[in-house]
Amino acid sequence: MENTARITGKRTATAWKKPVSYNLQKKTRPTEAIIQAFLLFCGVVSILTTLGIVLELGKEAWLFFGDPEISVISFLTGTEWQPKIGKFGVLPLLNSTLITSVIAIVVALPLGIATAMFLSEYASPKMRSILKPILEVLAGVPTVVYGYFALTFMTPLLRGIFGSQNVDVYNMASAGLVMGIMILPLISSMSEDALSAVPRSLREAAYGLGATRLETALQVVLPAALSGIIAAFIIGVSRAVGETMIVAIAAGSGPNFTFNPFNAAETMTGYIARISGGDLSYNTPDYNSIFAIGLLLFLVTFGLNILSRAISRRFREVYE
Amino acid sequence: MNQMEPKTFGSNQEMQDAEKNFLHRRHQRARLAQSVFQLTTLLAVIFLAALLVTVVNKSMGYVVVENKVDPSTLSDRPLSELNNTELAQILRENLRKNRVRTLERAGFLEDQSQSTLVQLVETEIIQPEVVESYNLFPSLIKRSKIKADAASTYPNAKVEFRYWLNGTFLTNSMASQPELAGVRSALLGSLQLILITILTAFPIGVGAAIYLEEYASHKSRINRLIQTNIDNLAGVPSIVYGILGLALFVRALQPFTSGALFGVDGQNGRTILSAGLTMALLILPILIINAQEAIRSVPDSLRQASYGLGATRWQTIWHHVLPGAMPGILTGTILAISRAIGETAPLIVVGASTFITSDPTGPFSSFTALPIQIYNWTTRPQPAFQHIAAAAILVLLIALLSLNAAAILLRNRFAKRV
Repeated sequence: MENTARITGKRTATAWKKPVSYNLQKKTRPTEAIIQAFLLFCGVVSILTTLGIVLELGKEAWLFFGDPEISVISFLTGTEWQPKIGKFGVLPLLNSTLITSVIAIVVALPLGIATAMFLSEYASPKMRSILKPILEVLAGVPTVVYGYFALTFMTPLLRGIFGSQNVDVYNMASAGLVMGIMILPLISSMSEDALSAVPRSLREAAYGLGATRLETALQVVLPAALSGIIAAFIIGVSRAVGETMIVAIAAGSGPNFTFNPFNAAETMTGYIARISGGDLSYNTPDYNSIFAIGLLLFLVTFGLNILSRAISRRFREVYE
Repeated sequence: MNQMEPKTFGSNQEMQDAEKNFLHRRHQRARLAQSVFQLTTLLAVIFLAALLVTVVNKSMGYVVVENKVDPSTLSDRPLSELNNTELAQILRENLRKNRVRTLERAGFLEDQSQSTLVQLVETEIIQPEVVESYNLFPSLIKRSKIKADAASTYPNAKVEFRYWLNGTFLTNSMASQPELAGVRSALLGSLQLILITILTAFPIGVGAAIYLEEYASHKSRINRLIQTNIDNLAGVPSIVYGILGLALFVRALQPFTSGALFGVDGQNGRTILSAGLTMALLILPILIINAQEAIRSVPDSLRQASYGLGATRWQTIWHHVLPGAMPGILTGTILAISRAIGETAPLIVVGASTFITSDPTGPFSSFTALPIQIYNWTTRPQPAFQHIAAAAILVLLIALLSLNAAAILLRNRFAKRV
């Protein structure tokens, strides 16, 4: 204030002669620096999380494979999972994970794409405003509720259709089908985003050439949005592989190397949930085995996620 | 169409017919596909309806209740009309001395409230047991048959219509009999868990979002790494977070999470605190991504104006960017929380107990949560547990729906203001 007054108010000769020196250096602001450091730390937490997952899972899995009777090769190729007698072959668990995931994808992918197609190409804005929230609710239902639905609705339904002597009370088909319903909104919303991103001009050009709505949708819009749809497919697979509660409730407990979807068989996630649900003492093969399986699960899903991202970035059709 | 076509000669007639047929087929196919798309979309609606109907169907219906002791032999008036002395008298007469002594450990029976005594008489002496239960639809359609069956099979039993989701279900804690079990401790456990999750995840998540949007240059390698990493973490299965929580919070940080560091007599690290922190890690990526979007939507002109007036970076963020982004951030947070409330798998791994009859006492107590209770009841073979699982699911869904409604309201209010 004093300075301003001296400059603007009293323009005396002395003031002109002796100009006040200003410090034009950037002011150091310790609070700003502290805040920035804290915010950087917040950002780094996510990296720490990933590192934590890799290190902790890796460490315990290392202990697991450090057991002289277990080798990585016998773990990955063994067809028997019986910790009691020291047989740790992950194939039965992997196999049932694959079967439930394949069933889920077979349900969710066509339904999801068709729903996305309807929402983006056919539905009126009013219809969209009704259908989108319904899909969001379907996506927001907790997985344990889907598990309940599988056990009390889907399983009796399957047993009614195929005969209760053919279908176990706990079976992979029921879990897989309900998992498909669970993934459906994910795939449909991602595919719809991809379809909506295709510019209008492409559609109009196709109509102008006399194409029907279906031909435009299938031969013009769908190929243009393919990268997004493939990304949705991969994310769907990753979600199905990592899904726990539905399989823990409806697919049965107990590893079982079978290709019949109507049989009970435990998946990787189901095994982790069952083993850690009981009283688990540290540093036992059981305890370490869930880390080995968890690491496998993490690597598979993390890899799928990266793949999905890479595909949607690499093969995206860029317009304009 | 026909009038537009030019005049044709006989030799071309066939070709034109073929063309018309071709066009007709194309249109037919288009119409067919449209109805197929419509039907599949309808299927999603049907799935949701089937899910809700299944839950509601299981959550109420006729039950056949058999009492171990007929209440009319205890007193000629209904229990609720009796006073404390009479109720205590009944308890003393019908229970073994040891049991009465255990009950009186906290104080004389007469000194307890009338409703507690009525409850005691019911659980200790009358011991009602549901011997048969029906779903809602059979109860509505075959009412007379159910009553006739019950009368012939269980002559002493009473048939009543029961809403499994009722007042006592909300206020009772877990019990081994499904008729008496409730979700009180599970609800409280879920609440405390979510509180810890919010308190940790919200500041860190918003902080990370601010850093990535306002401070980080998008070119630097570490910032790109953080961004990619967050996007990928959002897709990691929840059970993997559970395993991380088990290794990190339950085991490695046990002195902290069991409360031993703070002088609390904690037995192990399987506490609400561990579960809350695990859940915080789980929802962080979702929270960050949502918060980033909200911050990005604040127009740049606001920032420029603030800088132009000489504000520092943090002053700009705190006074101008954050208030503008807050509704969006809150909406994203609510959605992340509604994810956390329904998550079950990480809680199983971190070690939620399924049989907790007392309320959780704080961050260092062992706990149960609503989804854990649902899982536990679902996997039990007795049919009555399926009914209370359905009731608990209704509680969970109602909580989730109200959270989502809050998020939508917030979003709409925000949309109006801008």
